[in-house]
Amino acid sequence: MARYVANRLAQAIMLLVIVSAIGFAILHLAPGGPLSQFAASAQMTQEDLDRVTKQLGLDRPLPIQYLDWFGRMLKGDWGRSYRDGEAVLSVISSHLGATLELMATATIIAVLLGCWIGVLGALRRYSLFDTLATVGAMIALSIPTFWFGLVTIYVFSVKLGWLPSGDRETVGDGSVLDLLHHLIAPALVLALVETAMWGRFMRSSMLEVINQDYIRTARAKGMPEWRILTVHALRNALLPMITVAGLQLPTLLGGALVAETVFTWPGMGRLFLDSIGYRDYPVVMGILMFSATMVLIGSLLADILYAVVDPRIRVG
Amino acid sequence: MTTAALSTDQLAPGQAAWRRFRRHRLALAGAVIILVLVFGSAFGPYLLPFDDTYIDIMKRFAPPLSGAHILGTDELGRDVLARLMMGARVSLSIGITAMVIAMAVGIAVGAFAGFYGGVVGAVLMRLVDAVLCFPTIFLLIALAALTEPGFVTTTVLIAATAWMWVARVVEAQVRSLREREFAVAAVAFGSSNLRIMFRELVPNAIAPIVVAATLNVAKAILLESYLSYLGYGIQPPAASLGNMLNNAQIYLTSAPWLAIAPGVAITLAVTSFNFLGDGLRDALDPRMNIP
Repeated sequence: MARYVANRLAQAIMLLVIVSAIGFAILHLAPGGPLSQFAASAQMTQEDLDRVTKQLGLDRPLPIQYLDWFGRMLKGDWGRSYRDGEAVLSVISSHLGATLELMATATIIAVLLGCWIGVLGALRRYSLFDTLATVGAMIALSIPTFWFGLVTIYVFSVKLGWLPSGDRETVGDGSVLDLLHHLIAPALVLALVETAMWGRFMRSSMLEVINQDYIRTARAKGMPEWRILTVHALRNALLPMITVAGLQLPTLLGGALVAETVFTWPGMGRLFLDSIGYRDYPVVMGILMFSATMVLIGSLLADILYAVVDPRIRVG
Repeated sequence: MTTAALSTDQLAPGQAAWRRFRRHRLALAGAVIILVLVFGSAFGPYLLPFDDTYIDIMKRFAPPLSGAHILGTDELGRDVLARLMMGARVSLSIGITAMVIAMAVGIAVGAFAGFYGGVVGAVLMRLVDAVLCFPTIFLLIALAALTEPGFVTTTVLIAATAWMWVARVVEAQVRSLREREFAVAAVAFGSSNLRIMFRELVPNAIAPIVVAATLNVAKAILLESYLSYLGYGIQPPAASLGNMLNNAQIYLTSAPWLAIAPGVAITLAVTSFNFLGDGLRDALDPRMNIP
């Protein structure tokens, strides 16, 4: 086990290095490089630019700059926002809560609903329910999230007036009920794609398990059907879902960005778009690296957790 | 729950036929819709009396089915149907072109990694893993913000964020195929490595490649819509299915039809390509039963 974890950890660190190199490359892809913001300003003369370039060490060879940048990233020094000079990490963390709230709610909905649909679909394969669920999942995966959000706003806010059309809370209210009221629509919109994916994975995992020999053995022993399903089938079918949780993270983060935009939710995704609008590259890069690191850590944790619950994995 | 319902291996012949029928019917419907969209966007604009960029400020916000404007007009009085057809033309072109680029890069990377294995394979596939760490939309928007927006940039950027899945599929295929007799025979024959890779191994992996290509078009159309909706893709006055939705949120209360038509068109196009891909997977390669 320790060996597996160490191995997986080494892989993750290697990935982090490549991920950071890609991030660094993108940063230098910006027109004018990291200084483009200053270069665009009319008050900056060429001498000023040269001086800043020297001050910030941007005249050094790229590999040295990269190592320096990567070292500072590891120490938590992610630079400062062009907009207000605040440290990038603290800008991100002040927006992280809203995003996590949205992502967690959507995930809970998606896991419960998706697993239920998937299990039922697998048990009643090719029934009307299964057919509708399969087709519905495919359509859910094909609908642009932002458009589904617009439709939701039109139906539930504009026409029915049941839900607020955006924001995290009513100004001046902010009670738990008010927060929940604002959470419903964006969380459901974000949950749509997630539910479809969980449903599809759960269905195929369940189908694989219920065809296993140990299920037949359990049935041959005369074990009651509900016990076979819950204790033997469901438990084993849920194991691979740990990996799915890790795989979902990039989609979930991307979906959150879109849902936050449509519902003016004050999270990391909106911060990302706002920062791009302001050409606030340190924050843009910070969020890009932060989300990639989150995905990396997520898949690492999922793999380790999977190895804990399923010993067969550690050998392979 | 009865035992019969659980033993899914033994389907009644009728059920098995229903299954094939259902699967292929959806794929078929997808193919038909794609053809309709392609022909509609290719020839439709010539049949309409309106130009997609013609501004008629006196006829702003005409609702659908009012007079000559079948789908109504937008905030500048432009005909929504004309814009929809031109938008679909742009979106489909981007979807297909981006797929071709992504396939070319993905097949090349996958073939080299799978064929050579070892250090080359490991480095290439870790690069694939690393790019996959970035949530697609974040990476796409960051790159789009750094470049000049337009048709070419949008297409190339979408391809740049979509080739990794292809590389994974091709790598796995090539890695297993190169051990097969025909590949070993080609080596014994004295064929060059490049010839073995692209004349022997890749053609034998054509089934999963075709499936990946079809699903890739769906993904690319979806990504274009995200990018243009957020304002970093196709720029007005040119229409794309995504940028038609750009202002839709502001006019949601007064002119909801502006949001409905392009959204339905995107969903229809993406769903059709996804179903077609699913159907092709079942038809071409039954073993590849990933969800």
